[in-house]
Amino acid sequence: MILKQPVGALSPARLINYEAPTYRAGDGAPTTQMMKSDTMNNWTEIAKLEDIPRLGSRVLKTDTMNIALFRTSSDEVFAIRDECPHKKGPLSQGIVHGTSVTCPLHNWKIDLASGEALGPDEGCTNTFATRVENGRVFLALSRNEAAA
Amino acid sequence: MKERLVLVGNGMAGVRTLEELLKVAPDKYDITVFGSEPYGNYNRIMLSPLLAGEKSIDDIMLNDADWYRDNQITLYKGLEVTEIDRANRRVVARDGTTAAYDRLLLATGSNPFMIPVPGRDKDGVIAFRDIHDVYSMLQAAEDYRKAVVIGGGLLGLEAANGLMKQGMDVTVVHLLDSLMERQLDKPASALLKASLEKRGLRFLMEAATEEIIGNGRARGVRFKDGSEIAADLVVMGVGIVPNTALARQAGLHCERGIVVNDVMQTFDPRIYAVGECAQHRGIAYGLVAPLFEQGKVAANQLAGLGYASYKGSVTSTKLKVTGIDLFSAGEFNEAEGDEVISLQDPAAGTYKKLVISNNRIKGAVLYGDTIDGSWYFQLMREGTRIADFRKTILFGQHDLGDAGHGDETRVMSLSDNAEICGCNGVCKGDIVNAIAKHGLFTLEDVRAHTKASSSCGSCTGLVEALLSSTVGEGYDASLNKKPLCKCTEYSHDELIAGIRKHALKSIPAVREFFEWKTPDGCAACRPALNYYLLAYWPGEYVDDAQSRFINERAHGNIQKDGTYSVIPRIFGGETSARQLMDLGRIAEKWDVPTVKFTGGQRIDMLGLEKDQLPGIWGDLTAAGFVSGHAYGKALRTVKTCVGSEWCRFGTQDSTRLGIELEQLTWGSWMPHKFKLAVSGCPRNCAEATIKDFGVVCVDSGYELHIGGNGGIKVRVTDLLTKVETEEQVMEYCGAFTQLYREEAHYLERTAPWVERVGLSYVKEKILHDAAGRKALYERFLYSQQFAQIDPWKARAEGSEAHEFTPLKIAG
Repeated sequence: MILKQPVGALSPARLINYEAPTYRAGDGAPTTQMMKSDTMNNWTEIAKLEDIPRLGSRVLKTDTMNIALFRTSSDEVFAIRDECPHKKGPLSQGIVHGTSVTCPLHNWKIDLASGEALGPDEGCTNTFATRVENGRVFLALSRNEAAA
Repeated sequence: MKERLVLVGNGMAGVRTLEELLKVAPDKYDITVFGSEPYGNYNRIMLSPLLAGEKSIDDIMLNDADWYRDNQITLYKGLEVTEIDRANRRVVARDGTTAAYDRLLLATGSNPFMIPVPGRDKDGVIAFRDIHDVYSMLQAAEDYRKAVVIGGGLLGLEAANGLMKQGMDVTVVHLLDSLMERQLDKPASALLKASLEKRGLRFLMEAATEEIIGNGRARGVRFKDGSEIAADLVVMGVGIVPNTALARQAGLHCERGIVVNDVMQTFDPRIYAVGECAQHRGIAYGLVAPLFEQGKVAANQLAGLGYASYKGSVTSTKLKVTGIDLFSAGEFNEAEGDEVISLQDPAAGTYKKLVISNNRIKGAVLYGDTIDGSWYFQLMREGTRIADFRKTILFGQHDLGDAGHGDETRVMSLSDNAEICGCNGVCKGDIVNAIAKHGLFTLEDVRAHTKASSSCGSCTGLVEALLSSTVGEGYDASLNKKPLCKCTEYSHDELIAGIRKHALKSIPAVREFFEWKTPDGCAACRPALNYYLLAYWPGEYVDDAQSRFINERAHGNIQKDGTYSVIPRIFGGETSARQLMDLGRIAEKWDVPTVKFTGGQRIDMLGLEKDQLPGIWGDLTAAGFVSGHAYGKALRTVKTCVGSEWCRFGTQDSTRLGIELEQLTWGSWMPHKFKLAVSGCPRNCAEATIKDFGVVCVDSGYELHIGGNGGIKVRVTDLLTKVETEEQVMEYCGAFTQLYREEAHYLERTAPWVERVGLSYVKEKILHDAAGRKALYERFLYSQQFAQIDPWKARAEGSEAHEFTPLKIAG
């Protein structure tokens, strides 16, 4: 593993340099989604589940974008690009309910699983696969996406 | 296996019920629909514009074939159900098709009433009920010249207007002496008749039809008095009767309509009925608005939720004749003992009349200027006491303090590119198109599709007016009986009362008690509930950060680029050289992009990244500043003028009083933002009369003003009272604030709150009930113990650190 440690709160993590997936076969039975992700993504441990407040979020700053990680009331974790498709509002700052988040700027509702705007609004933001294992949160980033 | 639901009647009521059902229980049923007309579901109330050539048939379709397919609904178009076999729970159609049901929904609508005169079955005698009738009329308009419409009510007049628009020479025959007698009083009726005559319609009043004459095809109408009138086309527009034939055949109990209970169930518990065919508490509604409420209830029951019930509808009427504005609701003909407020300007074609009983509106008739129809209707339905604004009520809602929209509120005269919603840049044409294209009926629908009226809400009245003029009586303001949000059926008031009465002390407890429909609530209800709990259980309720809007969670104002602004509190707006130097030094240290003065005499530092906030707060705290709460639904600022200490006109020390008021009130959470001001003399330099609570000092004491605001809709305060001492100012201020905190709806400022409950109510609580006032003040002081803890200091010292720190890659 060639993980470069970020050096402070304001320093972006250099995710695009990560080479090896942190996911190992022994970590648990991989789901279909994980299998698919594994072929093209790097699984990176991002946080402990308890670091993300329930019905809240945390932000991961990368070189190219901010990624918002959300935790639902049932402890599912979703990761999406921290940009509302409407006017780029920081979705991480919105109110989380069910598996969606309401953008703090103009109240668009975004589905956390698909990144798509709900209701009559139209638009979509990027999503990233996540998995939670023994209270640890892993995020899958393809190099292409992270570099895009 | 899924249960089977069969719907008989592919009209608005039935399909609306299905839509509601699919929203709450999308997978519960296999659904089969029978419709006797060969079309999909269309908007029947748009038949008048269709006839008048203002809409095309595509414009009025509500659900196309895709909708049925997408929802896996089997649709039999043009196939009439002829039998309900209740013993075997199946329906049989004319061609022998059968469909078994577990639940059956009847929405068979109504039939036109054909007056039983000889000749009514001749060619050229038709009703005005469905698309087929409209086509017959359009065809007749091409081939013939003279039309007679029997019936001077809503239906008849709309048909007559449409035929006239198609170039026919139309005479309306009416049995009584005034048109639309069920909706209009005589003066309004006379105005309507004059206006329609000017457009070219002719009227025969008090004319009883005896026979339709002609050989094979209608040639004319003969009346009881022996006179005759020529006609190539006779339209019966006298009314409708519920279509109960199928239900009667099946042995279901019917009176005028199919009798249903409060959950829209017929006498066979497996069979429900909605719409014009149903009779609820003795009434079979002929307007479309109640159908939606019924549909909602039926859907709720069919979904197995079982908590909704229908209590009947109060209806209002509009005539869908372009260019004629007419509105009526309730008991518009005064009974003995009722009072009438009216305004008549025949030259301008305006007539307004309200029937008042016991200071409440009982009925309304508006002609020519109907913009306030939905407001009067709301006041009537909610039984609002109108004593406080009775003097100006006829001038309309905008006269209650609207700043200069004036005649611009006459929406119908606006062009399509006139901007209605200034926040989201939505024009009239956008709204009208969305209403027609998506078949919208409620304010919520329009908000969702166009964003109009979804931000500041100041254009809500305009959007409602557009809705009611576009969909006519299909728009029912009562659908906006405001549940707090889509997660619940309950209103703000019901929830507030429940939280107190049942000692509900957490958001999950409220959601459980009131049977919330969503597991976590939503961005609308969570902040509201969090506020209510905080306001009622000070010291007990633990604030839920995740139910706060971001500004209150991060204690800064989020800006368009995701940065935050920081506004420290400067009590009373009085600062010092030392404070200013501290602020300057701190702003420089943090490289604050923009520093400016706010409208409330404070200093705003804009453009800080979120993770910088605890740092700058630490510096501000060290310099003696606390949070200005400029981001919250909270006490914002107390604005002051210099007062007697310096000003040659000053009567009292307004600056010091302002500082003391801010020390009393800072930190308190409110239903909405809350601003104070103290002016040192009646010149009112601190603009105290557009504040939530304003003090105007005079030589003999202090005038207390309430319920003002600038902003969207400027409202000048009402004078609450005059007091003599500063102690009284503090007590009245605290008591008023607490009353507002306890009773207003979340996100309702004092101005609309005072208008809603009435100034006299506030006076009763604050002025006339001294013990009550003192108790309110005590409760305010008690709750302030827990509120006056500076959130910035706590966070600068490390509390809620996760809120302000981005994630790092672990291990």
